[in-house]
Amino acid sequence: METGSSQSKGTSRAASAANISAEAFASSRPGEELSLEDMEQMARKLRRHIVTMTAKAGSGHPGGSLSAVEVVTALYFGLMRHDPANPNWPDRDRFVLSKGHAAPLLYAALAECGYFPVEELSTLRQIDSRLQGHTDRTTTPGVEMSAGALGQGLSFGIGIALAGRLDFQPYRVHVLLGDGECDEGQVWEAVMAAAHFKTDNLVAIVDHNKQQLDGWTRDIMNLEPLAPKWRSFDWHVIEIDGHDLPQVIAALETAKQVKGQPTVIIAHTTKGKGVSFMENNPEFHGRAATAEELEKALAELA
Amino acid sequence: MPVEMSAREAYGRTLVELGRENRDIVVLDADLSRSTMTSLFAREFPDRFFNCGIAEQNMMGIAAGLAASGKTVFASTFAVFATSRCFDQLRMSIAQPQLNVKIVACHGGITVGEDSFSHHSIEDLALTTSLPGLTVIVPADAIETAQAVKAAAATSGPCYIRLGRPKTPLVYAEDYRFTPGQAVTMRPGSDATIIAIGIMVALALEAAESLASQGIDCRVLNMPTLKPIDRDAIVQAASETGAIVTAEEHLEHGGLGSRVSQIVSRYRPVPMSFVAVKDTYAQSGKPHELLKRYGLAAEDIERAVQSVIPRKLSDQAHR
Repeated sequence: METGSSQSKGTSRAASAANISAEAFASSRPGEELSLEDMEQMARKLRRHIVTMTAKAGSGHPGGSLSAVEVVTALYFGLMRHDPANPNWPDRDRFVLSKGHAAPLLYAALAECGYFPVEELSTLRQIDSRLQGHTDRTTTPGVEMSAGALGQGLSFGIGIALAGRLDFQPYRVHVLLGDGECDEGQVWEAVMAAAHFKTDNLVAIVDHNKQQLDGWTRDIMNLEPLAPKWRSFDWHVIEIDGHDLPQVIAALETAKQVKGQPTVIIAHTTKGKGVSFMENNPEFHGRAATAEELEKALAELA
Repeated sequence: MPVEMSAREAYGRTLVELGRENRDIVVLDADLSRSTMTSLFAREFPDRFFNCGIAEQNMMGIAAGLAASGKTVFASTFAVFATSRCFDQLRMSIAQPQLNVKIVACHGGITVGEDSFSHHSIEDLALTTSLPGLTVIVPADAIETAQAVKAAAATSGPCYIRLGRPKTPLVYAEDYRFTPGQAVTMRPGSDATIIAIGIMVALALEAAESLASQGIDCRVLNMPTLKPIDRDAIVQAASETGAIVTAEEHLEHGGLGSRVSQIVSRYRPVPMSFVAVKDTYAQSGKPHELLKRYGLAAEDIERAVQSVIPRKLSDQAHR
């Protein structure tokens, strides 16, 4: 059940000062919309968090976290109305991370927003940490869905979208899917259902980094032609460069205008983006950087 | 009230009642609404009913999303599809996050009948009781079904309610009140206890009646809440009657028998016997034929009691 107060309005400036790390930028107060330039800096900062926390944990999924950084930055520091001081605010825009292994990315964004202290990122994957290896709705403030077994997030998003419609709530629902995740049959059950129910308050974003654990998606299980597949299911399809923040923002804005059908943003991305030796290297789907690699990665992301 | 009624009919009627009282009740089905009787709710509240088509996994995810947004969600299909097909969705999307989804599945067990093994559900209780945080209820008749559905709606959290297909005898009077987590003594007795669930409760009462005529005084317990199970009632039955027979329309492993024997062996070891489907899939047939073929008839319960009492006496002699 929702427990949040309905009195909150828009983005919040209310997160307690204690939640803001000394490391945080002065311009990145919780829940507040950033300028494009600050967003670019925030994206870089999220990347640093991702490689650092996974390296510290000694495991995790940096590759698929790095590929979706701009999408998540645009949502949490730009488009979404949310309140880090009140994670259960019923009016909030939702972000559902269906590719639950990209938890480090979501944790980094939530921490920078002020849902929990940035210092807590260093507890990733440790016993008793609120930051589990894959997302857990019951432990982490701001996490909407327990995920990690792939293919379930879009269905969950449809449920939230239908509830919003029943309650005349204006919130919007964003679901981030992996491209490899689209191998799962349930994704396509949901694709069909969302169009059938005309959930135009729902946006799916496919992090199309062209790789999955065992290699290139074209070799493991070919997804192409991907855009025509979604179009034939009666979705509004937008294809973008998923690392170009203005394109990400423009696509999300366009999606708001689309009526009578859901929108999918196919974000063409690079797995491991931002760290030269992780880019397009499937090894870093599920492996963290060594101490030496981390140093090199942070130098590149400085 | 007729002497026989199907649990799913009671379910459909109760949903309509609940829908009138609470506008946050939302119902989902997977193209079986005329069998599960959610069609009654759909007719009265079309805006709060979503037919998800033949896509049960997606239905469970949608149910979870609705529940995460404050709705009390009932999701219905046949038991076999709600559990074995959707097990990961039950686990990931509903049970672990403790979302307020009531999975009410009809066509549990083998009395589905002619549709054969693909539609029989004899693993669902093993699957659902294995999930931490999921309440599992198996009502004994239409009256208990209505009560259990109302109790589930009134309690936040995930719940699996298993119903049967056929019309079955009513074992309760109209004024019966179901209490979650509590066993119900259907008949007192001191020589042995039959613990039964679902349609087996009526058969257990029939068996006890027949045993009484042979001078065997048999207690009958209905265990409508399989999880969390009423440990005290089981321990008490073991202590007071010294022998236990479980009866369920389910595989012998993983269901009622397994759960009861775990408690009995830990707290009060006594001889037990299990009336259940042995390690096999059932075939097509009329419900009563199948119950007989697979060892679930009243006579089978009777024989199980007859076999367990000598073991009890022999144990006592050796003490």
